[in-house]
Amino acid sequence: MENLIALLVAAPLLGAAVLLCGGRRLDAVGHWIGTALASASFVIGAILFADMLGKDEEHRAVGQHLFSWIPVEGFQADIGFQLDQLSMTFVLLITGVGSLIHVYSIGYMEHDERRRRFFGYLNLFLAAMLLLVLADNYLLLYVGWEGVGLASYLLIGFWQHKPSAATAAKKAFLVNRVGDMGLSIAIMLMFTTFGTFAFGPVLEATGETGEGKLTAIGLMLLLAACGKSAQVPLQSWLGDAMEGPTPVSALIHAATMVTAGVYLIVRSGEIFNAAPDAQLVTTVVGAVTLLFGAIVGCAKDDIKKALAGSTMSQIGYMILAAGLGPIGYVFAIMHLVTHGFFKAGLFLGAGSVMHGMNDEVDMRKYGGLRKYMPVTFVTFGLGYLAIIGFPGLSGFFSKDKIIEAAFAKGGTEGWILGGVALLGAAITAFYMTRVMLMTFFGEERWRNQPTPSPAESDVEPAAEHRGTHAEPHPHESPKSMTIPMIVLAFGSVFAGGFFGIGDRFLHWLEPVTEHAHGHSPLSATTVTLSTMVVLVIGVGLAYLQYGRRPVPVVAPRGSLLTRAARRDLLQDDFNHVVLVRGGEHLTRSLVYVDHTLVDGVVNGTAASMGGLSGRLRKLQNGYARSYAVSMFGGAAILIAATLLMRAV
Amino acid sequence: MSATAVHSLWTTAADPIQKIDAPNIEYGQLSPTLIVIGAAVIGILVEAFVPRRSRYYAQIFVSVVALVAAFAAVVALAAGGYGTTKAGIAAMGAVAVDGPALFLQGTILLAGLLGVFTFAERRLDPVAHGNRVDSFAAQASSVPGSDSEKAAVKAGFTTTEVFPLLLFVIGGMLVFPAANDLLTLFIALEVFSLPLYLLCAVARRKRIMSQEAAVKYFLLGAFASAFTLFGIALLYGYAGSVSYATLAQVVDGTIETVNPALVGTMGNDALLLIGAAMIVMGLLFKVGAVPFHMWTPDVYQGAPTPVTGFMASATKVAAFGALLRLLYVVLPGLRWDWRPVMMGVAVVTMLGGAIVAITQTDIKRLLAYSSIAHAGFILAGVIATTPDGVSSVLFYLAAYSFVTIGAFSVVTLVRDAGGEATHLSKWAGLGRRSPLVAAVFAVFLLAFAGIPLTSGFAGKFAVFKAAAEGGAGALVVVGVISSAIAAFFYIRVIVLMFFSEPRPEGPTVAVPSPLTMTAIAVGVAVTLVLGVAPQYFLDLAGQAGVFVR
Repeated sequence: MENLIALLVAAPLLGAAVLLCGGRRLDAVGHWIGTALASASFVIGAILFADMLGKDEEHRAVGQHLFSWIPVEGFQADIGFQLDQLSMTFVLLITGVGSLIHVYSIGYMEHDERRRRFFGYLNLFLAAMLLLVLADNYLLLYVGWEGVGLASYLLIGFWQHKPSAATAAKKAFLVNRVGDMGLSIAIMLMFTTFGTFAFGPVLEATGETGEGKLTAIGLMLLLAACGKSAQVPLQSWLGDAMEGPTPVSALIHAATMVTAGVYLIVRSGEIFNAAPDAQLVTTVVGAVTLLFGAIVGCAKDDIKKALAGSTMSQIGYMILAAGLGPIGYVFAIMHLVTHGFFKAGLFLGAGSVMHGMNDEVDMRKYGGLRKYMPVTFVTFGLGYLAIIGFPGLSGFFSKDKIIEAAFAKGGTEGWILGGVALLGAAITAFYMTRVMLMTFFGEERWRNQPTPSPAESDVEPAAEHRGTHAEPHPHESPKSMTIPMIVLAFGSVFAGGFFGIGDRFLHWLEPVTEHAHGHSPLSATTVTLSTMVVLVIGVGLAYLQYGRRPVPVVAPRGSLLTRAARRDLLQDDFNHVVLVRGGEHLTRSLVYVDHTLVDGVVNGTAASMGGLSGRLRKLQNGYARSYAVSMFGGAAILIAATLLMRAV
Repeated sequence: MSATAVHSLWTTAADPIQKIDAPNIEYGQLSPTLIVIGAAVIGILVEAFVPRRSRYYAQIFVSVVALVAAFAAVVALAAGGYGTTKAGIAAMGAVAVDGPALFLQGTILLAGLLGVFTFAERRLDPVAHGNRVDSFAAQASSVPGSDSEKAAVKAGFTTTEVFPLLLFVIGGMLVFPAANDLLTLFIALEVFSLPLYLLCAVARRKRIMSQEAAVKYFLLGAFASAFTLFGIALLYGYAGSVSYATLAQVVDGTIETVNPALVGTMGNDALLLIGAAMIVMGLLFKVGAVPFHMWTPDVYQGAPTPVTGFMASATKVAAFGALLRLLYVVLPGLRWDWRPVMMGVAVVTMLGGAIVAITQTDIKRLLAYSSIAHAGFILAGVIATTPDGVSSVLFYLAAYSFVTIGAFSVVTLVRDAGGEATHLSKWAGLGRRSPLVAAVFAVFLLAFAGIPLTSGFAGKFAVFKAAAEGGAGALVVVGVISSAIAAFFYIRVIVLMFFSEPRPEGPTVAVPSPLTMTAIAVGVAVTLVLGVAPQYFLDLAGQAGVFVR
């Protein structure tokens, strides 16, 4: 049964190879091949899952050693897989949501000339992501980590004819490099500290290692997580990444890849447990990001960017939970899975709306769409209720646990983190209600709209590659798009309850991540009640703002905070001033030093050598007599020196 | 009349006649030298008795057969264990047959074989009066520019005597690194030097320059030989013997007296030190170490290029072999005296050669200074005074000789109306016009510069490693700096060949006969093989690295 693990990765990898190397003759069937292989991977995952459930808890983790990758004395790197409950959770999420999004893309990308290539990239992503979560050592994990980065880059820039998409892809790649650097440094530190990369030996040896080293490794891993999971301060790429096709945003930039950072931290739990400082920093990063993303989400008029802000914020919750240690790991992963369902559903809904609205993304030009797109409305609505934590739906169970665990951290930190998490829940309710109201309720603002000009707002003009900007005729999307949305809506509604009631998910994951029950200063009921209260406040405020009053088609100027939030809380301005300008100045000064000092020394040496050479050359005057004198002098010196050596 | 009576006619001494034991000569072990010298004598006879038309082919035949046979003899001796277990001293203590001797003899023979090929090249110069001509004067005795010279050219004369001369040179060189007493050393020195002076003088083109070079080489060589001979006399005065073994024992103090007649001078350290320094000086002259290097550029430039190529490689091999034997066999007890001095010589040689080469404008002079710098690098290995030092020097010499012959062979190909176009400016853009020739030359230059994957790197690495382990780390630092300086002018030639516009009146690249092609191809092949997979040859040199005493 273990031999199937490699097939999980191999199936989509084969798909990527066939689709990308196959050429035009596969154009007609490419999307079917891609979808079939992604589904095959899901089926294999399901078989392995059934097999795993059939075993008792101690024997559920299995491994498969493929071959020795770099067998050098003192440096052993293997290609090997490890499938335990944590990996299995990810495998099912990745292949499940991945297959659904493949199906959805068949309809969504129907008119795109490069659909085959798109499916090739999607398969490549699946293979890399599965490699990431199945690797049994950090070095192989790094391969998958870079692989998903590459796939993400290719897919964000898929519509490369748009300069904005090309730039966004480049930005995502560059920002991710910073995080990748962290991961590679962490791996090098691990190698020097433990002499191996394998999860087992590394994580077992944490007990005998100094806290300083573990803190360093933990912080580097956190940096890596920040890059991939778009956490402050490496968050700036995620909003721009929405330039990619919407299925990509749903799969990669909402459900799976951006959660790789959470996986990394939870997988390296032993390291963080032994490094409290790294844990503290992790919780701070999570808390800051969950507010940051939520605030950005409140101000965006672009539906996908609003959802991107939301993604950042929700991953902030997960990172926060992962930073809490054993009391939070399980909930981080649980929220990750439920978020995977409802956020993918929300993105697919947004894609469906765009599909029916001539690729318009500005919510100010939506309104009243519930009549025209009933399926999208219902599925999106269920996702909305799930994310704000409506009682009984998925988000309610997973987010509540995180807030509770944050309070359970204890002391002042616990109060602050818990408070932030609660505040985040209120803002989440606010901005999601705003999205919901602006899109599906209110007047039909899309009627008699002129073609939007790019200068009108901060919203990017919609993709020009399909259709023109005539007045849209909203309509429901085809079956291939609605069915995945319905399936995901089921997940959004029931996953949380299924996992949460009776602590089913906790028991499932506990053998891998361990779990400790936190002692919250507030009772579970109090936390739930407060969550309900802030939920009502958030929804209410949004209703007052966007439900009772008409939504202006052109965004009002807004307060200072709103304007800052529209500019992603000035993150790009900050990066530009500090990093770009700073980098330019650094480069210029280095060039100056290079030209004057380094070149000066080099050229000076060369010139002096040349001069010396010219002078010495004159000794070679062509007269045998002076040569003889030189020899005689040389012999005299030789003899004198020899005698001198004896005398000394 | 009885025999005794006859004898008494020309012996007036009153002493009873002493019986002279017939010397015991190990012909087998000396066969490489004997074959070559014998072939040289046959070559002279060929000059005397074979018709002029057939001499060229007869000489090539004799030379090639002799060199191949001698090389086979060397290989057979080495395979028979004479390089290792059966190493010994032959010819009544005059000649050593051991690892270093056989290794260097093999190298010299191969270099000599390639030398014969380049000597025999007749396709490069334009046909004169219906005769193909080589690099050598039609008639060496005719005055340059005279009517007799013109007549000789018209008659199609060639100086086929160069082949027996070359064989004499090789014969002397075979003995030189194997010489096991000072007199044999000196005789070998003269045997290979005198024909070499002659060879330098017989260039077909630029004859005045060639003759000037030969005269300079002869004068300075004689000057250096005088030092050597005086040094030998002083050492004899010190030890009462010219045998290496006895000398070494006296230097070590294991033997007190050898010759009662020399009681007055024996054990006088001043004699030892001055004598040793003078002999070493003679050898340093031959390897071209600073400050005894000044003949090198002039002679390299003036001599016919095939002679230069052969001389630059084989002379270094032979002279370094003799230097190694002298320092390692006779003077190891004195190493605390000579090491610092030799270090000084090595430093000025490396730096001097590299620095002066920067401003050279003639390719042959450039290669001459490059050879001076290389002499310095090899000295670094000599100074290591470890077994690794010996083997690294052996390897370096083998690698260097093939690169050198190959490089000078390429120089013979680039020609204009005045013969070889040796001025660097004429090499501009050669890479565009003749990419293959330029690429081959670039390989040799990279090997000179010691770039990895060429034999130059492996050799340089070996000697520097040996020097560092032998406690001469400072020398390695200087060596690396010199290599960096030297890399400049090697790369400059490559840049000139590949990245400059060709000159409109540029030289042409002659298409050589298979002879020169073979020499160049072997040079490239050895350079690359020794660069890519040096280990086998390093091991070979390592096995050959022990001197017999």
